[in-house]
Amino acid sequence: MKKHTISISVENKFGALNRIIGLFSARGYNIDSISVGTSEDDSVARVTIVSKGDDDVIEQIIKQLNKLIDVTKVVDLTYESFVERELILVKVSASRNSRSELMQISEIFRSKIIDISPRSITIEATGSEQKVNAMIKMLEPFGIKEIARTGRVALKREFEGEV
Amino acid sequence: MSTNEVTGAEILVKSLMEENVEYIFGYPGGAVIGVYDAMHDMSHIQHILTRHEQGAVHAAEGYAKATGKVGVVVVTSGPGATNTVTGIADAYMDSVPIVVFTGQVATHLIGNDAFQEADIIGITRSITKHNFLVKEVKDLAWTIKAAFHIAATGRPGPVVVDMPKDVMASKTAFVYPKEIKMRGYHPFYFGHMGQINKAVEIINASKKPVLYVGGGVVNSNASNELFNLAKKLNAPVAMTLMGLGAFPGDDELSLGMLGMHGTWYSNKAVDECDCLVAIGSRFDDRVTGNPAHFSPQSRKVHIDIDPAAISKNVKVDVPIVGDVRHVLERLTPLVQPLETAEWWEQINDWKKEHPLRYENGPEIRAQYVIEKIYELTKGEAVVTSDVGQNQMWTAQFYKFKNPRSNITSGGLGTMGFSFPASVGAAFGVKDRPVFSINGDGGIQMNIQELTTAVGNNLPIKIVILDNGYLGMVRQWQDLFYKKRYTHVSLGTNPDFAKIAEAFGAVGFTSDKSGEVVPILKEALKVKDRPVLIDFRTTEEDNVWPMIPSGGTFAQIMDYPKSVSELRMASSHTEAAK
Repeated sequence: MKKHTISISVENKFGALNRIIGLFSARGYNIDSISVGTSEDDSVARVTIVSKGDDDVIEQIIKQLNKLIDVTKVVDLTYESFVERELILVKVSASRNSRSELMQISEIFRSKIIDISPRSITIEATGSEQKVNAMIKMLEPFGIKEIARTGRVALKREFEGEV
Repeated sequence: MSTNEVTGAEILVKSLMEENVEYIFGYPGGAVIGVYDAMHDMSHIQHILTRHEQGAVHAAEGYAKATGKVGVVVVTSGPGATNTVTGIADAYMDSVPIVVFTGQVATHLIGNDAFQEADIIGITRSITKHNFLVKEVKDLAWTIKAAFHIAATGRPGPVVVDMPKDVMASKTAFVYPKEIKMRGYHPFYFGHMGQINKAVEIINASKKPVLYVGGGVVNSNASNELFNLAKKLNAPVAMTLMGLGAFPGDDELSLGMLGMHGTWYSNKAVDECDCLVAIGSRFDDRVTGNPAHFSPQSRKVHIDIDPAAISKNVKVDVPIVGDVRHVLERLTPLVQPLETAEWWEQINDWKKEHPLRYENGPEIRAQYVIEKIYELTKGEAVVTSDVGQNQMWTAQFYKFKNPRSNITSGGLGTMGFSFPASVGAAFGVKDRPVFSINGDGGIQMNIQELTTAVGNNLPIKIVILDNGYLGMVRQWQDLFYKKRYTHVSLGTNPDFAKIAEAFGAVGFTSDKSGEVVPILKEALKVKDRPVLIDFRTTEEDNVWPMIPSGGTFAQIMDYPKSVSELRMASSHTEAAK
């Protein structure tokens, strides 16, 4: 089963997100992550869903999404070249001894330390899912206290060739 | 405030007139009392007061299925709205165009657990084609126009419009939009010519074709186009439960129904064919059994207006997304008459060897009742059926001649559907008799609508095939659960004929097959009120043939097999799962 990144444009109004989520639960499709926000057009929200499934399940998901009246566009980015990012905040245990090593790891991943206390630091990182997961693995030995992830957001890559 | 401003309630009534609505099936209550006030002086539209909101929705469905027009329901908030849920789900599964207007508590009370508040938008989200909560009166006319447009176009379906009490009391100018644009809704009517050409190649190469047709043919009014295609190809036509009537059941090309309780020969033909053309049908599990073994030798063409119906259950070679009528208009001129003489010889042998059959005797057989109704009405009545054995026997023995005359709950399988649906159908169809076929179980689920039928002088013939059991469940317990009958006996049934008389209808009861025809003839003479006939039929009768759920054609059980042999077959089926 492959992971698919599906970008959905939907009327930015009352209940529209509910229809999308309700469709996934009613038909037994799984959601790995979901992120929602307005798009360049205020009246349209962009929903990015990452879902796992066999090809025919994903095909059904896309057809069913297209049937929703409030949905204006559905693109399975998996078959296109696309850019994706996820943002995470990680609160890690940090003592005087470990703090400098944590700061080095943070730097290697080009992330930022956004909060610090005598016992912990909080790191903000963005990147692809793989990068974010790699950083979490590196931080685990120090003791992760809390993680908040936005889920994947993605856009189709506009330019693919050489000039 | 300008003087030509009107209330939301008045906008609703005016909008329904713009939509040429003839009937509203409804039930008043606190949240819609303003709406009902606006109906007081309503002309051109008749409000039919049912005796339960579920009855109102099924009546609207029956009306919509019989006429092809949009059925309209108005109910109050809370329990009024939740009582419509079964009917809405039913309409969703069977693609029936209805618009259900539900009252709602005032906007400032929404979410407060107010009296008679229910989140009907949330409740019906997954069983409607779309639903709307109207938050401001200025949006009301547009919303109503959109609701009718969505319900009736593309693959039809139910739409709910939730109307808060204060919105319906507020005023605005009334302008009914002429057309409506929604950037997320563009039904696709015209099939892709490239796909149609590919389908033509497959069809023209076929020696053993079968047309497998469903309710989509009825919804797109494509019966004539289907008839032309079948006649040009000289191809057999197998119909789904919803497709019965799309093609004349008495035509020589008809194989009757296919699927779990379809004819032996239609299922055999589908099993052996080299080309299956699915037209407005959706490869439902009651048709396919085990989808991996369904029609294994055929190349498949699938014509459907709903892209999501394509390759959902069975992979096809050539999908064509589009309205059946438009697609057939383009496809039929391109196909060649096929050399099907050998195929027909084979099919006619099967028909002779494995006909639908039953043995008549002094007891009333349900099959006999349906056959006699068919003969007396020449296949031209509107017949609603309920769910279970009565439905399957109706499908097998009533050879529907015309589309929109077979009205049944196919997808959801709603017991209690038949009778209220016949009430709606009787408003829509005045020139042909309307029969409502029921079991003794289902009739008790919406029997209150006898009041509605009597009050409106509807000459519906209500037939109860009364075997004292929830027959289909009993049949499964008989075949698959070692005859351990558990809560399927309806031994304490009331005297249905007396109930009918108490309501002001005519009642008959009989348990003798010799009385069936005379009683039916008597019933057909009654023109000013409903007639209820309680036929006490053979108690433990089973519907044959039967392909067990999830089974294949190889497992079909035909009529003459002994019961012990059938149990063997079914235990193999259960073990195979």
